[in-house]
Amino acid sequence: MQKRVLVIEDEPNISEALSFILSRNGWRVDVTADGKAALGRLYADPPDLLILDLMLPGVSGFDILRSVRACDDTRALPVLMLTAKGQAADRIEAERLGVTRFMTKPFANAEVLAAVHEMART
Amino acid sequence: MPRPALTGTRIRARRNLRGLRQAELAREVGVSPSFLNLIEHNRRKVSPQLLDALATALGVSADALIEDTDARLIEGARAAAQRSEADLTELERIDEFTGRFPGWAKVLAETQARVERLERVVEQLSDRMTHDPYLGEALHEIISAVTSVQSTASILIDADEIDPDWQARFHRNIVQDSARLAEGAVALVNYLDTAQSDEAGLAAPQEEVEAWLARLGFHLPEIESGMTDAEALVRGQVELSSDASRALARQWIARFAADAEALPLDEMAAALTETGLAPEALAQRFGVPFDLVLRRLALLPEATLQGAGLPPLGLVICDSSGTMVFRRALEGFRLPRFGGGCPLWPLYQALQRPLVPLRQVLVTAGRLGRRYLTYAFAAPLGEVGYDAPVVLRASMLVAPLAAAGGDGAGAPVPVGASCRTCAQLDCTARREPSILVTGG
Repeated sequence: MQKRVLVIEDEPNISEALSFILSRNGWRVDVTADGKAALGRLYADPPDLLILDLMLPGVSGFDILRSVRACDDTRALPVLMLTAKGQAADRIEAERLGVTRFMTKPFANAEVLAAVHEMART
Repeated sequence: MPRPALTGTRIRARRNLRGLRQAELAREVGVSPSFLNLIEHNRRKVSPQLLDALATALGVSADALIEDTDARLIEGARAAAQRSEADLTELERIDEFTGRFPGWAKVLAETQARVERLERVVEQLSDRMTHDPYLGEALHEIISAVTSVQSTASILIDADEIDPDWQARFHRNIVQDSARLAEGAVALVNYLDTAQSDEAGLAAPQEEVEAWLARLGFHLPEIESGMTDAEALVRGQVELSSDASRALARQWIARFAADAEALPLDEMAAALTETGLAPEALAQRFGVPFDLVLRRLALLPEATLQGAGLPPLGLVICDSSGTMVFRRALEGFRLPRFGGGCPLWPLYQALQRPLVPLRQVLVTAGRLGRRYLTYAFAAPLGEVGYDAPVVLRASMLVAPLAAAGGDGAGAPVPVGASCRTCAQLDCTARREPSILVTGG
């Protein structure tokens, strides 16, 4: 069965590129730029993997990660957090909240794919 | 006890300075040479009477032998030594050093204290750089554009066969992001260039106030609920590090409180859902000045604006000289940190037509060409008299055109943020060359 990834990213050109490379690698990709709407979608139909931007309008990636880890259905969901802020404090906070992988922008496509494959295996 | 130990060392140092032998000094003060020897090696305490006698014999004050600053000197010298990479085997003789060379020890301790003060300043500036909203926004914009360009370009290079529609879409994305990257890079260069050359730098009081307000989302709920104790609201706010910025913040709070009293939040929210973004209707409805409505609109909570279907709004206020005294930037509509803005902004047009509300659609110069609806108004500040110059204050509210429902507001006027970063080269209002055309 085709695995599903949800990409929460408010930069449309980045999510378009991510969507393309992940689709080519066999994933079914859902994309949303709206963090609040994404939470509803996550709970209703949890994907196999979540790619999450840290800085989103309205609700931050940290808030979404916190909610994901607080819900029984999504607690074990692998989460790859992407951020343009490479500050150590953000990484530490993400790890404290239970992120699976933390990657700073700009990223190489191969790097994202490798991380996604590894996270999907475990 | 540090004092007796140091005192003994000092006595010996002073005696040596005067070229006295131990036996001679002992005789003069009426003790045995062996007892003086024990004192000088810090193995015996000195009685007050003996200390006076020794000070007289050595030609110094008793205080010079038992300064209260000993502990501070030792601490300072020790701190300096611990920060040094030099051989520290002499550290254990620090008592002797401060005792024998109190002047040099004082220099060392003061230098160490100064280094620590400067380090704290560097830390504060670095912290402010890290949390500077302008810098943060510019860097975020650049990194996002770079990420998109890199990822998209890799796809075009690496993927074997790409559907023509996707290919066209990726090409378009790269063009868009390249333009965005260029704009962001220019803004960043401009920012750093000015920050380095301007004496006010990162510590300008206005910037501190704006950084503080930015952290609070340009809204203070305490004021909406009637709390107007400005002193309490500015106390302990990390961004407000100077008296000047705290004074500015208190002025801002007073203005905010007066505006909030004239246009209470719940009434404003209810009216907004009826009128949409129509400051003239709101001014008429509440019987308040037009510029008060502009200020109030730009500083409403985001949720209130959302409730009325409105996006976040930008605000610029300038004085009669055109100097910006308040800035709330809006995504895509950049505001210069220093110097004047674009002379074509309605903000400046309003100064020429006081008390006349202006509405104008603007389009940002350059390839992205974002459109904004603006309202501007200038009004006298304080009393107007026959023999005094009129002091005006102009305000300009900025809203993204599409979200503000400003269709039909007239032909857009192309504007920039400032001449230095404006792409519109054949502009009659240009006052300095654009760095966008350097070498071009």
